[in-house]
Amino acid sequence: MIALGRVTIVTLGGVVAAALLLAGLNLLTPAANALHVPDFAIPLFGKYLCYAMLALAVDLVWGYAGILTLGHAAFFALGGYMMGMYLMREIGARGVYANPVLPDFMVFIGWNKLPWYWYGFDHFWFALLMVMLVPAALAGLFGWFAFRSRVSGVYLSIITQALTYALMLAFFRNDMGFGGNNGMTDFKDILGFALNRETTAVGLMLASAGALAAALALARAITASRFGKVLLAVREAEARTRFLGYRPESYKLAVWVVSAVIAAIGGALYVPQVGIINPSEFSPGNSIEAVIWVSVGGRGTLAGAILGAIIVNLGKTWLTSALPAVWLFAFGGLFIAVTLCLPGGLIGLFAGRRRGAEKARGTVSERQHGPAERAPRGVVG
Amino acid sequence: MDRLRCAGGRRRGRGARWVVGAVAIALVVGLSAIAHAGEDPFSAIAALSADVESRGIAALAVSGNPRAAAVIAALREGKLYAWKWPRPDPPLYIRTATGFVDARSGAAVAAPPLLNLRRVIVSDTVRAAIDTAAGTLELASASATVRLKAAETLFQAADPGALPLIDKALAAERDRQVLRALRQAQAAALLKSATGSTAERLAAVGTLAERADLSTRNLLSSLAGQPPAVAAAIAAAIGDIDFKLKLWGVAENVYYGLSLGAVLLLAASGLAISFGVMGVINMAHGEMVMIGAYTTFVVQQLIAAFAPALSDLGLLVAIPAAFLTAGALGVAVERLLIRFLYGRPLETLLATWGLSLILQQAVRSIFGPTNQDVGSPPWMSGAVQLGGLTLTVNRLWIVLFAGLVLAALMAILRWGGLGRSIRAVTQNRRMAAVMGIRTPLIDALTFGLGSGIAGMAGVALSQIDNVSPNLGQGYIIDSFLVVVLGGVGNLWGTLFAAMSLGVVDKFVEPFEGAVLAKILVLVFLILFIQRRPQGLFPLKGRAAEA
Repeated sequence: MIALGRVTIVTLGGVVAAALLLAGLNLLTPAANALHVPDFAIPLFGKYLCYAMLALAVDLVWGYAGILTLGHAAFFALGGYMMGMYLMREIGARGVYANPVLPDFMVFIGWNKLPWYWYGFDHFWFALLMVMLVPAALAGLFGWFAFRSRVSGVYLSIITQALTYALMLAFFRNDMGFGGNNGMTDFKDILGFALNRETTAVGLMLASAGALAAALALARAITASRFGKVLLAVREAEARTRFLGYRPESYKLAVWVVSAVIAAIGGALYVPQVGIINPSEFSPGNSIEAVIWVSVGGRGTLAGAILGAIIVNLGKTWLTSALPAVWLFAFGGLFIAVTLCLPGGLIGLFAGRRRGAEKARGTVSERQHGPAERAPRGVVG
Repeated sequence: MDRLRCAGGRRRGRGARWVVGAVAIALVVGLSAIAHAGEDPFSAIAALSADVESRGIAALAVSGNPRAAAVIAALREGKLYAWKWPRPDPPLYIRTATGFVDARSGAAVAAPPLLNLRRVIVSDTVRAAIDTAAGTLELASASATVRLKAAETLFQAADPGALPLIDKALAAERDRQVLRALRQAQAAALLKSATGSTAERLAAVGTLAERADLSTRNLLSSLAGQPPAVAAAIAAAIGDIDFKLKLWGVAENVYYGLSLGAVLLLAASGLAISFGVMGVINMAHGEMVMIGAYTTFVVQQLIAAFAPALSDLGLLVAIPAAFLTAGALGVAVERLLIRFLYGRPLETLLATWGLSLILQQAVRSIFGPTNQDVGSPPWMSGAVQLGGLTLTVNRLWIVLFAGLVLAALMAILRWGGLGRSIRAVTQNRRMAAVMGIRTPLIDALTFGLGSGIAGMAGVALSQIDNVSPNLGQGYIIDSFLVVVLGGVGNLWGTLFAAMSLGVVDKFVEPFEGAVLAKILVLVFLILFIQRRPQGLFPLKGRAAEA
């Protein structure tokens, strides 16, 4: 546990230091200097930090509570949409149609009145509140239904995937009032700071680093607490935990909602840095990608989730521009290699030999040598 | 059977159009009185005046001349050439793919006087004359299918001027179907015309009311200035037609729903094996479907290259080919990947998702990212008219195919040697092993069976969907939902779930739009899984705990 604590602290320090270093090198060195960090790298790193928050959220539920979510990008995207709504209202009369209240896409589809759910998004504090409340409400409702009726394992994975798929289809509709297919873009400024200014980009990147550090500290506090121990018990043997007098569904629901909020904040910070939010952020592939970041870094280690997200995305950025045809081969191969050969992820490689041996024993005892036994009466009909 | 007759009839009909005049002249001879006495229709067609030209076309159509159909067709296609300068009996030529033929005799002309020829221009007036003439010619055709089509065209036109023509045709007609169509055309023309007594008009409304379709409704509602009794009859007929149309609409929705369900069933029944029987979450299942579709493409290309005569049967060859290709791939995947992950369903899910990315990219690298053109054999295209329903033939085949695949799968599991071993291994692995069943082999074959069925689904999907590397992704979520809804490992449940999902989807669609229908179905499923995590038909007893 102490080792884990040290890893957390190192990661936390590493992330903040890297963010500060990049910011400093970008702002303080002249463009000709060899150490100068080009402007495009700042929002790119900021984007990675947001992805790391999503990975952290996935790890919190998958690594610690054993809930394999294939729909966490839904919360990320929802948070993004809430921020997008604020940014759209910030544009004001500077849009193409110069309507002081209505965003361009609403004017375009012929609406003349702001829908009620857009009220209040002209205030930053309200948008920030909604960034957390809306995904939390969705996660709470979904989790309450799912965990109460003891949907677990693969079934839960499939319905989380169905959830994000349904949301994607819904947001593709123009009459939802969220920009339909094109989503929201052409943002001008946030809190009065122009988004195209370099200092704003640095500020957003540093804010992402801060948010990630806070989320990491929160997650660490949760997992190290008594509550976290119960989560581990639920992950290992849910029925036994229940027989011991705990209510696994309450624990799962709580951590599920916290995780959704972390993902949503990541999404909210992501949107101003990439400058666009559209329904493809809900696509099921994105959620599965987030799961693989966690596996690569090391499931059940918070630092691993962050490392995994940053490393895989660095690789993706590099490969998709250098060898675009190879990227999917490499990414798919990574899925297979990590699940087959590296169950502990990168952190598992670095962690102490004793811990590694323990983990290996754990997986062996979980494994059966053949498919689950099931009477196929129904098959024969 | 019905479908085959239709297609054959149409092909015969197309040929008949070219030899039309030669066979059934008798009917048209009576009409030749319309022609201007003494005027040669061929010379009239060559005239520069549109009026004379139209008259010539009409005269030619009723002349009974065996060349009439060919000349009018050539005129329509702009292939008729006439003497440029005024002269009696101007020569007329038809340009063919190889040269020119004489319009009057049909004999090939070795050296036409090209400098003295002009193409006969078809103005709008002339085009109308051509259409009427073609209708006349077709009404005189030997083929009932062609006559039926001509009668239908006359009905759509509802032209009072065509009444004498229709009356003549009615007098000569023997085929019951054509007779009915002609009577409807007559009724439509009569209602549009200024003549005709109230009693005749009432009878006409009655005739039209039998034919409950949208064009009749439009025709009836466009009629104005009718006597009060007729107007009341028309209103009643419209109400009647609306009700019938609604019933047909429901039937059509059910059919579309069932055909969508059949597609889902095809995509899901392989999954019912790998997920339902083995408990393996195969996210690469959709890619097995995609590979089946690409196998169809490759088989078609090979047949086109080496045995073009068999190209109509390419699809039949593709079915076993796709089964073997996808099945072999499935066996390989099980041996190389999945067997290391048994008992860890979540890890299997991730690894197979990775596999699906690799397969997609591999196909993209080999075949390119664009859609491949998979042809449909003639017996897969067209539509069958069943009352007010238009059933597309390819969908019918897919419904049939899905049923056959499911039946075969059930038969294999119930009676086949492999099926017996599969059941034994799933019921009690150790006992099966003790009895001498090679369980690892059975695992591999089971997975191969599931993948092979996915491959066959790909053959069917290649006929109705774009064959692209992303083909499988569109079906994977739906297929999982079908399997979960039907109850894991339950093929009857899979059938029921696929069909009800398809029908529900199509019934919600007209009210709420396709996307919302999908969302509602998903929300319903999410709620449903909460209530009955074991599916519609859960296993009972001790098996349920396994």
